[in-house]
Amino acid sequence: MYVAVKGGEQAILNSHKLIAEERRGDTAVPELSLAQIKEQMQLAVDRVMTEGSLYDRDLAALAIKQAQGDLMEAIFLLRAYRTTLARFGESLPIETAGMALRRRISAAYKDLPGGQVLGPSYDYTHRLLDFALAAEEGVGAPEAESAESGIEAAIPRVTDILNHEGLIEEEIALDDAAPVGDLTREPLRFPAERDLRLQNLARGDEGFLLALGYSTQRGYGRNHPFAGEIRLGEVAVEFVPEELGFAIEIGEITVTECQMINQFAGSAERPPQFTRGYGLSFGHCERKTMAMALVDRALRARELDESIEYPAQDEEFVLYHSDNVEASGFVQHLKLPHYVDFQSELQLIRSLRKRHAQDRREAAE
Amino acid sequence: MTIAYGLAVPRTSESSGGIDTTDLRPGLGDPVHDSQRFFRKLLSAMAQPGRPVELPGAPEGPVPLDPATAAAALTLLDLDAPLWIDWIADTPQLRAYLKFHCGCPIVERSQTAAFGLITDPEHMPRLALFAQGSDQYPDRAASLLLQVPSLEGGPAVTLSGPGIRDSAVFAPDGLPDWFWNDWRLNAGQFPLGVDVFFTCGDRVVGLPRSILAEG
Amino acid sequence: MTRAAPQSESVVEAGYNFAYLDEQTKRMIRRCILKAVAVPGYQVPFGGREMPLPYGWGTGGMQVTASIIGRADTLKVIDQGADDTTNAVNIRRFFARTAEVPTTEATAEASIVQTRHRVPEDPLAEGQIIVYQVPQPEPLRALEPREVECRKMHAYKEYGLMQVSLYEDIARFGEIATSYSYPVMVNDRYLMSPTPIPKFDNPKMDDCPALQLFGAGREKRIYAVPPYTRVKSLDFDDHPFAIQQWEEDCALCGAEETFLDEVILDDKGGKMYVCSDSHFCERRRAEGHRGRLSEGAAKAYAAAVGADVEEA
Repeated sequence: MYVAVKGGEQAILNSHKLIAEERRGDTAVPELSLAQIKEQMQLAVDRVMTEGSLYDRDLAALAIKQAQGDLMEAIFLLRAYRTTLARFGESLPIETAGMALRRRISAAYKDLPGGQVLGPSYDYTHRLLDFALAAEEGVGAPEAESAESGIEAAIPRVTDILNHEGLIEEEIALDDAAPVGDLTREPLRFPAERDLRLQNLARGDEGFLLALGYSTQRGYGRNHPFAGEIRLGEVAVEFVPEELGFAIEIGEITVTECQMINQFAGSAERPPQFTRGYGLSFGHCERKTMAMALVDRALRARELDESIEYPAQDEEFVLYHSDNVEASGFVQHLKLPHYVDFQSELQLIRSLRKRHAQDRREAAE
Repeated sequence: MTIAYGLAVPRTSESSGGIDTTDLRPGLGDPVHDSQRFFRKLLSAMAQPGRPVELPGAPEGPVPLDPATAAAALTLLDLDAPLWIDWIADTPQLRAYLKFHCGCPIVERSQTAAFGLITDPEHMPRLALFAQGSDQYPDRAASLLLQVPSLEGGPAVTLSGPGIRDSAVFAPDGLPDWFWNDWRLNAGQFPLGVDVFFTCGDRVVGLPRSILAEG
Repeated sequence: MTRAAPQSESVVEAGYNFAYLDEQTKRMIRRCILKAVAVPGYQVPFGGREMPLPYGWGTGGMQVTASIIGRADTLKVIDQGADDTTNAVNIRRFFARTAEVPTTEATAEASIVQTRHRVPEDPLAEGQIIVYQVPQPEPLRALEPREVECRKMHAYKEYGLMQVSLYEDIARFGEIATSYSYPVMVNDRYLMSPTPIPKFDNPKMDDCPALQLFGAGREKRIYAVPPYTRVKSLDFDDHPFAIQQWEEDCALCGAEETFLDEVILDDKGGKMYVCSDSHFCERRRAEGHRGRLSEGAAKAYAAAVGADVEEA
């Protein structure tokens, strides 16, 4: 019987000691350092920062170590830390057109101003286990060759190029002064506007968004996407301190941005033109930003007068189920004791069975 | 570097730099525990309507606030709680006090306020001039801090409803003669309507919209 | 019975605020609680915070407790009626660490009782506050998954869907097939989920002298029932609401009218019943009440589950 243990407190403390022991593993193996996680498990760090809503590589590495590599648990740790931080204000919007690019591709054009920059990508690796990585002596210090001419600064976004012809909808905030919603401070209300939807998707679980995005491609809400552009690089973060009254750069962050271009047949008011779906993540989370852009576009059905028939278009369904900290908690809470409710159900089932048997007897007589 | 995204709107634009802090009355001596203590008193007032609740140790606020009014304001107001104040209370000292200790925005239109601070009940706006909430969000209605000259001795009404065992008699003084008629309308549109904390000295009486007043 | 908070584990000094939440969050939650009290049974949306415990473990109840608790309080935490289940122990320890409040197992000594799935057997008194942990605040959710639709039903008091569903039960099973989370009407206005307490506990909510607060963390809702408020379990004239009953009494203390847990004794169908409210049962035994279980067996059972059995 695992319930009703008076030594519950002792059991909890011991359980914590056990996880500490398991986390460390075989002590003959050197302990993992945060620097190793930060440098050599970058994509895990990036995912934890993105879904944890906190740009801090060191803390994300700590969370991954503490969670024994369970990324959802690490995301939860980072979220629970984030919620205790003081808020100083909000930064200016980051300018991704001014990004110091490391990777930039477009599936919509063969060539375009600024060119295609493949950058670091698994896209064309052969998925063969690389046993060189398993070698005792390690991989040394691999180095890529750099191009003779560097990447131009400030390469225009593909969607800006399309904009010149009016072929794609313009994205202009209706009111720059309007406050941006924040679902970590105000509960979601429906219908939810795009600022809140994007915030929710950015924090949302990669696997969930991937499956939903995939469902739109397979026919559950077709929206004919093209990967207009995916870019990875560093952008400056600017902040206007009250006492200065002008923007200062407070740092630089790595982001991945995906702009999907989607067909739109037009409506009575709007001519046929391309529409957009948008994805953004901290660090390098390409799969996540692409899935996010597909789902963002699907969720714009209401605004674009499209019929809402599929899960990815249903904002209550998507926004209420995207968060893996919420989902993981509620699924796993089923392991907490429920024996009072179970006892109630036992009573009920017995009573229903009794009545059922009686009814059958009476029918037989 | 730590950057949390999806940040809140900065609403602290009126920093203490712009507040005249000369003659500023002190706020709560122990903000964490005093506000907890006062909140529990306010909660118990709202949960047991009509029953006077004492707020021992309530701070001396600026004129014309009674200690209970000041305690309620310091406990409940902040950046996210827009406040409307009546003309008698609306002095530079009081504005400075609330800005400094609570940072609450002070709004001109009573309809847009989450809280109303009334120190001259005789000339107070009709209850319908405060936010009433909506059918789907009745919580988006105003709470009034209504400071009266006395919690006894006025025309008596009999209160009944949630929080009251049988009935309670309440006779605050200094209310406008339309008040209890307005209250009937307020309670009649439940779940919409305003909720009131009556304050006087260091005591408070709660009157939520769920309460009927017969008199 | 009341235990002082252990100083050694306190994190109040370690940079965390009293009761963990920052003051602005507490104020936001406090304002929501006042509105919840003013509109009994209505679910007030609140900016729920991420707590250092997972959603589903009681983060809503914890946020409510954290916003109301003070140094003058004594806290009791139960899960499934018992003070000693791991989740109850863990939450009690959280508040002992973050708020340094004394804790107790005695219902009468507590100023705040935080609970999951039960209302204590000892009647609550005026001045006490009971905080319920709420997994799903929306009583209509099982019938209508959409928040937008449920909100409209509450706004216009359109609860026909629920009545129909209960009536279908009667038509099919001859009784209402809901044994916990049994829906209630509060003050004849709002349909409310009593949380997954067994329907056995529903009557304790009605006209209760204590203030009842409900916190749903994941769903970000707070609601309340003030003292002395009508809480009516839904029923029909020809099928009046009835609570669970057992043919047995508590095997340990002999109580006849408590909610009983079924304890499996062997794999041949042997079982016995004991009070789910561990403190209530313990107190009765201390007062000399005895169940049908032999002295030795009671001791063995109590030792197995770690409960104290007073020498007779």
